[in-house]
Amino acid sequence: MSLITVTDVRKSFGANEVLKGIDLEVEAGEVIAIIGKSGSGKSTLLRCINGLETINAGSISVGGAQLLTDDIHLRALRLKVGMIFQQFNLFPHLTAGRNVMLSPMIVKKTPEGEAEPLARNMLERVGLAQKFDAYPEQLSGGQQQRVAIARALAMQPSALLCDEITSALDPELVNEVLAVVGELAKEGMTLLMVTHEMRFAREVCDRVVFMHLGRVHEIGPPEEVFAHPKTPELKQFLGMVQ
Amino acid sequence: MSDFSTWDILRNLLLAARWTVLLSLVAFICGGIFGLIVLMLRTGRSAWMRRCAMGYIELFQGTPLLMQLFLAFFGLSLVGFNVPAWLAAGLALTLWTGAFLAEIWRGCVESIPKGQWEASSSLAMGYLQQMRYIILPQAFRVAIPPTVGFSVQVVKGTALTSIIGFVELSKASTMLTNATFAPFTVYGFVALIYFALCWPLSKTSQALERKLNVAHHGH
Repeated sequence: MSLITVTDVRKSFGANEVLKGIDLEVEAGEVIAIIGKSGSGKSTLLRCINGLETINAGSISVGGAQLLTDDIHLRALRLKVGMIFQQFNLFPHLTAGRNVMLSPMIVKKTPEGEAEPLARNMLERVGLAQKFDAYPEQLSGGQQQRVAIARALAMQPSALLCDEITSALDPELVNEVLAVVGELAKEGMTLLMVTHEMRFAREVCDRVVFMHLGRVHEIGPPEEVFAHPKTPELKQFLGMVQ
Repeated sequence: MSDFSTWDILRNLLLAARWTVLLSLVAFICGGIFGLIVLMLRTGRSAWMRRCAMGYIELFQGTPLLMQLFLAFFGLSLVGFNVPAWLAAGLALTLWTGAFLAEIWRGCVESIPKGQWEASSSLAMGYLQQMRYIILPQAFRVAIPPTVGFSVQVVKGTALTSIIGFVELSKASTMLTNATFAPFTVYGFVALIYFALCWPLSKTSQALERKLNVAHHGH
């Protein structure tokens, strides 16, 4: 069975239908890039999978946890799937280490004695072991984003959603974050990422989803999608970004 | 005529000022706790509770404190509860303070970026956990200056309780004027005592505002 199943999901903001029936199945360990113009619904789709947006129709499940609107189901879903944001969203009043430790401690009731080595371990994984006691404002954007990745990993999710995680970074900082994501992909983490980094998508991803006007317009392995786009919309989009 | 010396007047006023301070503290502390509960309801997930909290805030912000004191004092005795003046004064001021603080703090909570809610949600935290560990610690810094500033309003608000017969600074001053026929001396002292209570609070509020504007994080 697929790890993530999205079935005929529809989402409207007022009269504006942003997702017009999305079907998507993601296997465990798959790395998927979602590309498309802004306004095509790609970020909304990710936010729906994490329950940050309510859906108007259809269903979403991750590892057997169904997306429903009550707190218990939402919590169960969010324990399965972590999210990383464009703006990092670190907690500014806590050190990097505490950012990573907090949720295991209060949500999973991990004792502090176990949460701390876990956090050190996760920060080491993203190459920031020495920044345990630094506050977010003392870190560069790239470092902050890597702490955010460590924070999500500390909850040991089955899948990670990455919402344009390099878009707010200075160009020279993009690669350090992509390198961490590339490592995760190699280790077999299931990744669903909205990205504008086409080269990265081509090299790392198993499948590429091209979204257009709220629908999955084209889907396939990167070599096929990038080298032989079938629809004029994808051709035009690739022409713009490459 | 009376043989009140200036010192007698001042001494009696200072003794009465203790009640002004005590009533202010009770109203501020109880109102603060109550305001925090109202804040949680006001920013919580239940639409029904949000409406209740909003109704309460609007009611107490939209009516004069004097009317609230009258209702607490005379209203309660009308329905059979004979409340002493100090209790009615404490109760009305607590409810009044709670409504204002809840609204001040709501603004502070709403000033925290939406991303903080989303990140903590995505880490599977519940509403109370988000409030306690993420939102309130950050809102607290923003809230200190206006909260201290509002405490000045509470101190001045206690003066109204003189009308329902609670003997604090203002009530004592009326009584002393009646006894001494020296209104200028009495009210002059009263004004000075209120000023001595409120001015340091205003200054503290301004200093905190400057300090917190410079250093956004306390480390």
